[in-house]
Amino acid sequence: MTDATRCKAGDWVEIERILLEPADRSKNLPPDTAAQPLKMWLKGFAQGEAAIGEEVTVETMTGRMVAGALSAINPGYFHTFGKPAPELVTVGKDLRERLAAYHASEKGGA
Amino acid sequence: MATKFDEIMARRGEIMHRALGMDYAQFERSPIAFDYEAMMADHGYSLKDIKQIQTKAGVGNTPLLELRNLTDLARSISDPGKGARIFVKDEAANLAGAFKDRRASVSIHVAKEKGYEGVIAATSGNYGAAVSSQAARYGLKCIICQETFDSRHVGQPEIVEKSRICEAYGAEVIQMTVGPELFFHMVELLDITGYFAASLYSSFGVSGIETLGLEIADEMRALTGAPPTACVITHAGGGNTTGTARGLKRAGATETQIVSASVDLSGLHMASDHDFNRKSFTTGHTGFGVPFATWPDRADVPRNAARALRYIDRYLTVTQGEVFYITEAMCKMEGLERGPAGNTAMTAAVSLARELPREATIVVQETEYTGAGKHHWAQLNFAREMGVQVRRGDPAENKPGEVIVVPERLEQIQAKDFDLGRMRKSYVRNAVKAAPADYEPTDADIEFLAADTNTDADTVARLVREVKEA
Repeated sequence: MTDATRCKAGDWVEIERILLEPADRSKNLPPDTAAQPLKMWLKGFAQGEAAIGEEVTVETMTGRMVAGALSAINPGYFHTFGKPAPELVTVGKDLRERLAAYHASEKGGA
Repeated sequence: MATKFDEIMARRGEIMHRALGMDYAQFERSPIAFDYEAMMADHGYSLKDIKQIQTKAGVGNTPLLELRNLTDLARSISDPGKGARIFVKDEAANLAGAFKDRRASVSIHVAKEKGYEGVIAATSGNYGAAVSSQAARYGLKCIICQETFDSRHVGQPEIVEKSRICEAYGAEVIQMTVGPELFFHMVELLDITGYFAASLYSSFGVSGIETLGLEIADEMRALTGAPPTACVITHAGGGNTTGTARGLKRAGATETQIVSASVDLSGLHMASDHDFNRKSFTTGHTGFGVPFATWPDRADVPRNAARALRYIDRYLTVTQGEVFYITEAMCKMEGLERGPAGNTAMTAAVSLARELPREATIVVQETEYTGAGKHHWAQLNFAREMGVQVRRGDPAENKPGEVIVVPERLEQIQAKDFDLGRMRKSYVRNAVKAAPADYEPTDADIEFLAADTNTDADTVARLVREVKEA
């Protein structure tokens, strides 16, 4: 079994790389962005063993070999719908009542 | 010393030429004008050919639905005799869940025909899903470059979902932090791989949208006896407006008013690391809509096929809170859980319906798939986590990045007209600025600019004078 902090060859993993250091970035950036490096994350099959943070090469889905720091092993997707927005929960009820009132008035007027 | 960024960007023309498989220089006519229609026709596909490509690809022929409840609700707040019928083209029914499939289906078909091994696109939107899905069907390799995270590695939930769907279709997804250098890395990857650039702005992609306009004209004729009075289009980079409007015109619907609609994100900087996660819409907003309409050739192709000002009759803006309200209303009143970004045009349509007579018809020309992260609840929860205030009230109090105001009542939804005159002047300024300083526009240039701004030679000549004098 894969340990959460080490990958072995063949594991599906994510790596992290710096693409451009702040000094190498476009000159056309707002100051908050210009102060940060341009970073990237990419997934692929590990080509060897590594611990989180260590350099590892991955083979991507297109077959490219890319090296970077191991950032996650078998990374998942945890985005959600979350809680219903309180500002929206009454919209359906309000509109159904309004539609019923409109239909009643249309009938009355006909 | 030249940076890595400068080096790649200096070779950009040569790299893109090979990656697009098309020589754009042949269409250039002067430092200002180019032959737009010749560029659009260069691929040699008729509208019928494109229909066939799309039918095979599982794209197009989406349901056209009349939204009777939303229409009646608009009528309930309209003056007597007002309240146009609202229809929607349910583009979420396309293979990967959005109208973007129309664009991708043609681009990927071309890539396969020209013998490329793979395709690359830089997109954080539904186009990534569309390209990945079509590439999977055609057996092509696929790389999608996305702007996903801020510098703290906090992802926009809507974009994180796009990463997931692209990976589900087998694409290699490059998730990046904020910055326009997304395009630099795309160009670098095109150079390394020799893949096809599936640009959103090529003639292939934009031609693929023309079938949407064609279907709308034909289906509305069958349903109501005439093409729609108005077609409302969510507007970002301009391809949606351009392709749909061209398709309507090619189908003879020359009287249909072309209304583009964007979410107002004024005040937010699109390249700001801080602002990135303080907007709830990653597309369909003024942050793309205005700059791309006023200077389309800022795109990743030498000449952009998406030239919205050629076609827009009216440009409306709405607020984020208004779109969230309509998104919820579509769920509860029409049984359509879609969007949210694709519902920008629907929000403008509800406002527009109140101005038009009952006999008039409005077609909202798209919906898009929804899901975890890419959902109005998820977006509002995320906004709150990022410190944006969310409350009910008057949408006029909306302040992008600071306050999202969800309307308390339907009648508070009021689209605002964006000044097209100002946009046209800004476009002419950019076109004149792109030419050498001592270049005097010829009559042919004036004619080109008139077509490109949907005005006439006198108006353009006046604008050129004003711009040159300023």
